[in-house]
Amino acid sequence: AAGMFLRLLSDIQWRAAHPKWRRMTSSQRSTSSTPEPHPVSLPAQAQVVICGGGIMGTSVAYHLSKMGWKDIVLLEQGRLAAGTTRFCAGIVSTARPVSIELKMAHYSNKLYQQLEQETGVQTGYMKTGSISLAQTQDRLISLKRIASSLNVMGIPCEIISPKKVVQLHPLINIHDLVGAMYVPEDALVSSANVSLALATAASRNGVQIHERTSVSHVTVQKGRVTGVETDRGRIQCEYFVNCAGQWAYELGHSGEEPVHIPLHACEHFYLLTHPLKEPLSSSLPTVVDPDGRIYIRNWQGGILSGGFEKNPKPLFTEGRNQLEIQNLQEDWDHFGPLLSALLRRMPGLETLQIMQLVNCPESFTPDMRCIMGESPTARGYFVLAGMNSAGISYGGGAGKYLAEWMVNGYPSENVWPLDLKRFGTLQSSRTFLRHRVMEVMPLMCDLKVPRWDFQTGRQLRTSPLYDRLDAQGARWMEKHGFERVKYFVPPGKDLLDLDHSKTFYKPDWFDIVGSEVKCCKEAVCVIDMSSFTKFEISSTGDQALESLQYLFSNDLDVPVGHVVHTGMLNEKGGYENDCSIARLSKRSFFMISPTDQQVHCWAWLKKRLPDDNNLIMEDVTWKYTALNLIGPRAVDVLSELSYAPMTAEHFPSLFCKEMSVGYANGIRVMSITHTGEPGFVLYIPIEYALHVYNEVMNMGQKYGIRNAGYYALRSLRIEKFFAFWGQDLDAFTTPMECGREFQVKLEKGMQFLGQEALLEQKQNGVYKRFTMFILEDHDTDMDLWPWWGEPIFRNGRYVGKTTSSAYSYTLERHVCLGFVHHYDEKTGEELVVTTDFINQGEYEIDIAGQRFQAKAKLYPFSSLFTQRRRKDEVELSGYQRE
Amino acid sequence: FYLTPPQVNSILKANEYSFKVPEFDGKNVSSVLGFDSNQLPANAPIEDRRSAATCLQTRGMLLGVFDGHAGCACAQAVSERLFYYIAVSLLPHETLLEIENAVESGRALLPILQWHKHPNDYFSKEASKLYFNSLRTYWQELIDLNSGETTDVREALINAFKRLDNDISLEAQVGDPNSFLNYLVLRVAFSGATACVAHVDGVDLHIANTGDSRAMLGVQEEDGSWSAVNLSYDHNAQNEHEVERVKMEHPKSEEKSLVKQDRLLGLLMPFRAFGDVKFKWSIELQKRVVESGPDQLNDNEYTKFIPPNYHTPPYLTAEPEVIHHKLRPQDKFLVLATDGLWETMHRQDVARIVGEYLTGVHHQQPIAVGGYKVTLGQMHGLLTERRARISSVFEDQNAATHLIRHAVGNNEFGTVDHERLSKMLSLPEELARMYRDDITIIVVQFNSHVIGAY
Repeated sequence: AAGMFLRLLSDIQWRAAHPKWRRMTSSQRSTSSTPEPHPVSLPAQAQVVICGGGIMGTSVAYHLSKMGWKDIVLLEQGRLAAGTTRFCAGIVSTARPVSIELKMAHYSNKLYQQLEQETGVQTGYMKTGSISLAQTQDRLISLKRIASSLNVMGIPCEIISPKKVVQLHPLINIHDLVGAMYVPEDALVSSANVSLALATAASRNGVQIHERTSVSHVTVQKGRVTGVETDRGRIQCEYFVNCAGQWAYELGHSGEEPVHIPLHACEHFYLLTHPLKEPLSSSLPTVVDPDGRIYIRNWQGGILSGGFEKNPKPLFTEGRNQLEIQNLQEDWDHFGPLLSALLRRMPGLETLQIMQLVNCPESFTPDMRCIMGESPTARGYFVLAGMNSAGISYGGGAGKYLAEWMVNGYPSENVWPLDLKRFGTLQSSRTFLRHRVMEVMPLMCDLKVPRWDFQTGRQLRTSPLYDRLDAQGARWMEKHGFERVKYFVPPGKDLLDLDHSKTFYKPDWFDIVGSEVKCCKEAVCVIDMSSFTKFEISSTGDQALESLQYLFSNDLDVPVGHVVHTGMLNEKGGYENDCSIARLSKRSFFMISPTDQQVHCWAWLKKRLPDDNNLIMEDVTWKYTALNLIGPRAVDVLSELSYAPMTAEHFPSLFCKEMSVGYANGIRVMSITHTGEPGFVLYIPIEYALHVYNEVMNMGQKYGIRNAGYYALRSLRIEKFFAFWGQDLDAFTTPMECGREFQVKLEKGMQFLGQEALLEQKQNGVYKRFTMFILEDHDTDMDLWPWWGEPIFRNGRYVGKTTSSAYSYTLERHVCLGFVHHYDEKTGEELVVTTDFINQGEYEIDIAGQRFQAKAKLYPFSSLFTQRRRKDEVELSGYQRE
Repeated sequence: FYLTPPQVNSILKANEYSFKVPEFDGKNVSSVLGFDSNQLPANAPIEDRRSAATCLQTRGMLLGVFDGHAGCACAQAVSERLFYYIAVSLLPHETLLEIENAVESGRALLPILQWHKHPNDYFSKEASKLYFNSLRTYWQELIDLNSGETTDVREALINAFKRLDNDISLEAQVGDPNSFLNYLVLRVAFSGATACVAHVDGVDLHIANTGDSRAMLGVQEEDGSWSAVNLSYDHNAQNEHEVERVKMEHPKSEEKSLVKQDRLLGLLMPFRAFGDVKFKWSIELQKRVVESGPDQLNDNEYTKFIPPNYHTPPYLTAEPEVIHHKLRPQDKFLVLATDGLWETMHRQDVARIVGEYLTGVHHQQPIAVGGYKVTLGQMHGLLTERRARISSVFEDQNAATHLIRHAVGNNEFGTVDHERLSKMLSLPEELARMYRDDITIIVVQFNSHVIGAY
């Protein structure tokens, strides 16, 4: 008769229903050194204005002020640490699958640990450790993968048996467990207090903090932030940092020049209980049961337990809504399945008395990774938000990276996976966000397997051939909103449905892709590659050439009709982009970049190209459909369709020519395939796309033509040791480190970006080296497949991680690509990596804790290349990233 | 021994029937959208009956539930015949003449009723001629009596009830040369049946009730919640007016013996009923009919038994109490059900369950812990029940089935408990009657748009 105890509540406001919290936080607040309700007036100007006094805003302020920036104002619409930060569960967990997130969490943990000593503010830091439970073998594999990457970072971590779990946490029911991962240094904090401690330290360093001040919008002039309008007046500033949490999207849209910050709030529930009869120890480890979708931590002698349900409740889709805020209620019916999971995991808690169900909205992003960085459209406008419910774990590290970014121009780690510029306006639709976060939130607990695709927000950008390809059995994945074919399922063959196809082992499409690869090798295949980013840069005079010569490392002053592979490097010589540029005429260039470069590359070039009306850059991505004809017979198909000789004598590799194909004229044909195989990419004005495709398929019949997808492409290029930007290449990798010195023309007669750094590397050597590994004792059918992020061991010592991998159908072996470092055995200092160092080692790749012997190679198998190449160039470029 | 959920469903759904009023031009101009009906036996065979029909020569729809006792013969006869009597009572003089002329000259008859029957709802072929003749005699009298006045529904209902009961009584007294029929009419007369009948014509809803079945209106309040309005009074010992009426009809000397142990003459629960000639005929008549009747009747202890303190018959009447209600847009549905339902469920719960079912909205009040002491286990139990309540709604395509599921399976929390449901449905025949009665339910759904336009 539990019903008798329950009060039916319909209209009592959220806050009033949570007196316990209010009391608790008000007592915390007495330790805060921040000003009370009616503070001093706002300054008229500042170097930096930070909006948001949660963990993110205070962390950015803390780190900026530590790095020496003092003229900083932090504005908070309510009170410090009063939003999501106040309600968040306070779990600092380093067990993250994405490497950069793992690093952020690791840094946060170290920061919080000493924060109390540094600031004198009690943070409630308690090193409890965490146990992640596996109910299935697949889950255990994913935990083992994380454990491998934690271990090589020096973070203690072990895979333990269910018996050991009970020793660590006596309440856990282990009968359905197959194992667990124990991370002893994970911690608990009071997140609000951490935030207040950071604010206190920042304030001591000179940061001005103003509570009860709302930012209405940010003013931007000539693409630069000029100031902030608040309800208490205007502040002029050079930098604005949007740390508005779930309101970041709205704030981004409030100005004249919108800044698209794709995140969306979902309700998130957790339960607080009264203490147990024998109160739980505050050092008891946090338990994460992803298969049950819940986490459980000790809380004041009782427990705090929440989770990520399958049917999340998105809110604030239509923007900030006072009614919705006030109606945030405990929803027990919604919490029911999580409560079941909790009682299943800890049956002994049946009699534990409930204190409260907390409804704490969290913001989620379209790809489950947080958002940081500078707006592509408004310089000086920085963002740090969208923490996908891991704000406290990321807070310290994310604040540090953003502060570095602002102060140094770039953070100390590769943060591209988190960069705001990985998104464009297309991820900014409210409908898209609402649908996508409903998929993302449950994913927090879902098994993360290789080659996984989002199911919501699909079919947004498509090629004109989409329906044709779909009807022929295409299976699709999505990149930057664009649908791309993975492979074609032959008629009459059925693949497993989505849920059942999840595997860490050999996937069900193995043979399908194998036959596509075979066709590429022996006949000819067509792959629709329309998603690539395409820019045209032209000028009235030599401005285009001059600018590009400075921005790109290769020599672009080539004869008209030549295609050049080149890196777009930063000052440190690292790859900001890796692209192919065709010289269409003396004064115009056609630039092909990876799909997800659309926003980043545009912003990078816009920022650096001279402000000259006679120099025009245009995004023509949408104007062309790209068909990649791969294979030895591509030349036959194309010459029959164009009545033009296409043989190597007439059309050598890395050439570009406008010609007619079928009835259609003005098709840009380039003799590259992005795979190292012979063939051509056809850039077709979209209205001709269907015509050209039909012609190619009809004509190709006698040459055995067939459709193929990106999986085949990927296998082909990885076996040829082609690096992909975004996967293998990033802003911290130079051409020297990946064997692409030939794409750098240090003596092209003029300065270019990154030149100095490259010269230095050329003289002093490199500290990491891109290497190809062929797995030796790996059984494709029986063993776990490599993915990326696997640790590489040389003579038993950790030297780096893989960045991508694929099965090579030609070598009949798995190929992993990755970087080898040389750490000093005693000091751990990074040493120069020489060819000898690479060649004189015994290598192993660690896949989920199991090591496989691997043969290292610095150059691809020449036997794989059948194509005649232009003397001065080899095609070595890739745009692909899974 | 447990029934699986599919087994439970196949039992619950065996007798379900739904009728949707056909639309013309995409519109339903009737005030009735349709109805769902179902019955669940406890007796073997079931003694409840149900009927539904559309009047073809007048407007309106007839729906009724009939609860038989001492066998099902009377309930069966009433379910077959009563609507004809009502329809005929409602017919204007000209139509009656037309029909009579058609019968006279052997022409095809105008159809009077369109029945909406479940395949298990049968009509007895053998008695149809006999029943038809009695009905014809009735309309002939109506033609002769032509008052020229327009037919009042209330009066028509009362007349039809009384006339049919009278015919049942007469047929038994007269007997039939066919021995099967002779036995049948006697069984009909010696058994009994209550009747609760609704006549809906536009916004005019008439309920004619005889006995302890019940009609209830489901009303949706402005805040979306559901309330119940009774449209009939039970004719039993709990109804003071009814007790009063019975006492008024008999000498003061019988006052003490009239109602004993909440039963009429200490025997009969309903205070009004069809048939039951043992409470209507004089002792002499009963003895004569039984003695001259077939052996089966003679051997039956019950028919031979004369109620105690039987001095001034008749003690029982089939005359219905008629309630008229003008339908309003907030009147969303009508529930007609035999006492098997009302014994187990409060009308307020019936209104809520059907209302939530029909609107598809499950106004589950949110739960809040507040300052109360609730354990995780208690909360878990409660949430499980609430989930079950919602999932049971989706299992049923028929509001009556849904009600039966609740009536039989509800636990103390008001939610369907599968275990309990399974137990109740797997009771052996001889035990079933101890735990539950036959349940028959008709849920009529009204068309608020049409009603609002009146």
